[in-house]
Amino acid sequence: MRAKRISELNKGEGMDLRTGLANMLCNGVIMDVVNVEQAVIAEKAGAVAVMALERVPADIRKEGGVARMSDPLLIEEIKAAVSIPVMAKVRIGHFAEAQILEAIGIDFIDESEVLTPASPTMHVNKKTFKTPFVCGACNLGEALRRINEGAALIRTKGEAGTGNIIEAVRHMDEITRELKELQELKGPELEKKAREYRVPTELLEIVIENNCKLPVPNFAAGGIATPADAALIRQMGAEAVFVGSGIFKSEHPEKVARAVVEATTHFDRPEVLLEVSRGLGKAMSGIEMETISEHEKLASRGW
Amino acid sequence: MQVGILALQGCVTQHVDHFTKLGCSSLLVRKSDDLWKCDALVLPGGESSTMLHLLQRANLFSEVVEFCSSRPVWGICAGAILLAKKVSHPEQDSLEVMDIHAERNAYGSQLDSFKAEITGQIFNTPLPADFIRAPKLKALSDQVMCLAQYEGDGVLFRQGHLLASSFHTELTDDSRLHAYFLEFLRS
Repeated sequence: MRAKRISELNKGEGMDLRTGLANMLCNGVIMDVVNVEQAVIAEKAGAVAVMALERVPADIRKEGGVARMSDPLLIEEIKAAVSIPVMAKVRIGHFAEAQILEAIGIDFIDESEVLTPASPTMHVNKKTFKTPFVCGACNLGEALRRINEGAALIRTKGEAGTGNIIEAVRHMDEITRELKELQELKGPELEKKAREYRVPTELLEIVIENNCKLPVPNFAAGGIATPADAALIRQMGAEAVFVGSGIFKSEHPEKVARAVVEATTHFDRPEVLLEVSRGLGKAMSGIEMETISEHEKLASRGW
Repeated sequence: MQVGILALQGCVTQHVDHFTKLGCSSLLVRKSDDLWKCDALVLPGGESSTMLHLLQRANLFSEVVEFCSSRPVWGICAGAILLAKKVSHPEQDSLEVMDIHAERNAYGSQLDSFKAEITGQIFNTPLPADFIRAPKLKALSDQVMCLAQYEGDGVLFRQGHLLASSFHTELTDDSRLHAYFLEFLRS
């Protein structure tokens, strides 16, 4: 029903099909994979979708350089190898990369801060695509700007490639708190808030009518490395999780992948979380936030 | 009267809203105890391969098969794939409780997802339907009734107390298919 409302707002005929697919991914895990072998492991472990990319965020962070859309050949190979939806990333504002992904027939496009931004001011106008987009957000204003541009799904930015969940927790907290604050607002206050967020007042009204929930699903990403991390962020309200480096940078990727899938489903059942967390081996090593300088933080990319 | 919604993965909460609107309570099912508190069960849309994996890991697989033998169950898209006796493209295990063949992602990728209005004997006016990476379903025996078609393909099937749809109505405001399923409980 919320999908229908956002369709009315966007006047895009495919909009509810785009949020429709986002709804189908709820309560699931989307895993980053860099080759066919990993994609097959992810599918067998119960991933709802895979994100096809050349380097996981942890390696992008380590190796540096400009990070771009992956080679279409890699994406096509992965697409041919699995039956679940395949996603891929484009640089912020790089609508030509998005056009290429749409030509491949990708199922979902992530306009991602993990890649080097292509525009200093603009995100992709996502309403012009039939393919659904997911975008990252640190706060409600950012989430609503992306929805207003046509995003079918929002995820926290977190801090990708760190294996450190603190930023995802911060962003989920922030969005939840700001959504709750909307309840109190009426008339001129609401208009003022809409100006602050740089979105139409009508969008805020839709959110309020929707019991102060976003009109598209709200997932978590950025730093989720263990089953307990997935359970934590799910209990905070994330409807599904993206796991990047956390799985294939761990000692036993298959075991960790299965465990994160189960933890995402049974997020509020400690007895299941205990069982799946036992004996997983070494998790990815991770990075402390204090050791990353401000300009190295990926979450600050995007406007 | 309580309808369970298998909540291992997929599009769950929208069904709660529809059943609430129809005056029926619902319960999210993730474990055996919850399953047997329900008079009927919805297998929702989502990813069938994920749900299959989670059914097995939660030791729910054989219990859901047993549930299907006696109580009303409605499988939607991925849920219909779970009910099917035979699954192709690619081949996949299933509960094998309904005489239908499900061909996964038969229309293509997300770009081939579409909206349609479908007609059928059980509706007076066309039903708005979302086909999202939908399977194609075919009856495998004369025990199965085709209740609605779209462009020559059956999209809604019934076999006794089992219902399978390849499309979604839970993303719309139309609760007629939910109401039709609830009638199974009264008969």
